[in-house]
Amino acid sequence: MKLPTLREVGTEAKLLLIGIPVFIWTMIPIYHMFVFAISPKEDAFTGKLWPTHPTLHNFSIVFHQQHYFLRDFWIQFWNSAVIALAVGALTLFVATAAAFSISRLRVPGGRAVMNLALFTYFIPAAFLAVPMYRTMGTYGLLNNHWSLILAMVTIAAPYAIWVLKQASDKLPVELDEAATMDGATTLQLFRLVYVPLMMPSLVAVGTYAILLAWNEYLYAFLLLSKDTDITLPVALGNFLAADDSPWELLMTTGFIYALPPAAVYYAFKRYMVGGLTAGAVKS
Amino acid sequence: MAITLSASDAPSPPLSARLTPPQVWGIALLVPYLLVFLAFVVYPVGYGLWLARHPSSYVALYNDPIFARAAVNTLIFLVIGINIKMLIALFLSGFFAQQRPWIRWLSVIFILPWAVPSIPTILSVRFMLNPEWGVVNQLIFKFTGDDGPNWLNDPAVALAMAIGVHIWKSLPFWTLILLTGRLAIPHDLYEASDVDGANWWQKFRYITWPSMQTLYITCTLLSMIWTLGDFNSVYLLTGGGPADLTHVLSTLGIRYLRLDQLSLAMASIVCAMPFVLPLVYYMMKRLSR
Repeated sequence: MKLPTLREVGTEAKLLLIGIPVFIWTMIPIYHMFVFAISPKEDAFTGKLWPTHPTLHNFSIVFHQQHYFLRDFWIQFWNSAVIALAVGALTLFVATAAAFSISRLRVPGGRAVMNLALFTYFIPAAFLAVPMYRTMGTYGLLNNHWSLILAMVTIAAPYAIWVLKQASDKLPVELDEAATMDGATTLQLFRLVYVPLMMPSLVAVGTYAILLAWNEYLYAFLLLSKDTDITLPVALGNFLAADDSPWELLMTTGFIYALPPAAVYYAFKRYMVGGLTAGAVKS
Repeated sequence: MAITLSASDAPSPPLSARLTPPQVWGIALLVPYLLVFLAFVVYPVGYGLWLARHPSSYVALYNDPIFARAAVNTLIFLVIGINIKMLIALFLSGFFAQQRPWIRWLSVIFILPWAVPSIPTILSVRFMLNPEWGVVNQLIFKFTGDDGPNWLNDPAVALAMAIGVHIWKSLPFWTLILLTGRLAIPHDLYEASDVDGANWWQKFRYITWPSMQTLYITCTLLSMIWTLGDFNSVYLLTGGGPADLTHVLSTLGIRYLRLDQLSLAMASIVCAMPFVLPLVYYMMKRLSR
């Protein structure tokens, strides 16, 4: 075995000098949340870096809804899941149709629609929230899950259309021509040629929309208010309203809430990185 | 030329006859998005602008000290916060470009803040900074015997913390984007510069930066537009307090909305438009190519 030279050791030390602070910086808020989640109530506030008696009791309290703040935990979890999946499905439908039409069928005016979508993408979401709230009231959708679903589709669709359009522009035109020569109708072209070839991008876009909806706080908190209607992040925010809110339970619930999106993100990382950063790097 | 002119002079056949079946499908497939766009972008924005039409709203806004403070805070957030973030991201992208197994593992962990939802982690930071029970002041007390400061009660510190939370959350994303740009630079350029005896600064100055500056500037502008809409970092950490001194434009708009002053909320957003629209225009030009 070859011993490393002094110079190599120096380089490695310098890299560690960057890597260790990066690791600590990244982990602190997450680790803090985790320690709270596994600490018994009396241990939680002592400022220890590891609890003396780690326990899963907090998780059991959350799962059995044994606290005033948690009495609707499962229904809120369910709301979050249903809304996220509905946003994913609707965004995929709307965006795939639009991208196919703009990129493959080259419909007149398609470019203008693409620009309108891009414009929406760049309006800061918190700015659009103000008039959106009032509009949902006008439509009579406030406190209805559809208001949040439709609002999130509005926000997710522009980027989805753009990513899908970029990806479908790369498919060779000859494919469509060959299929049409063989007598394929437009719908068959869409179903049998376009969708199978676009699968990786569709997975990326669907995941993007689902995560966006699951993580959304502002719109959920504006558009929904009843305890049995709200999603998990709104419920977490409501914990703050009380002075004596049980932090260890809030952090436990937050930890449970953060797990599914993190798992989905890592499972689909391959698609996310390839499909979603491609556009940003294009210069 | 003459033929096309005479053709357009002739009475045109009905619209349906001129469109081929694929084009009919094309229009039909655009309809879902157009409906969403009309119902949830055009109508709300138009209605909002109509609400913000009275000059009196702007006078009221001008006389509200919270608005001026929020505008200044937003500028600090964007100009200082985003530039610090992007510089760190640029630096770290060079770090993560190093080929080491442990750095690859670290990059998997490093992406966590981006992968997890922001609400629980921001609340976690909020608890850490709690003056009595938070872990930060507990540790300060343990080591020095003194009470730590009331972090979120000082507007400057609270705003700095909100910027810190924002950086924590979005740094991985921008580092990843810049890393992709960095890895696209041909490696032989660096090998050639090694032969010529270039130091790390010369390599950065003459190879890395020229290939990355467009990407870097695009990312900075994009991050500024998005950060204008960053409601969570400020609202969940400070709630705009103490005494409404840490609001940014996005939380201020929602504050007016909650106080049922919708025309003020819209007016404050309209005031941001001269800043936002040029950025949006620039980004659209870049991305629609």
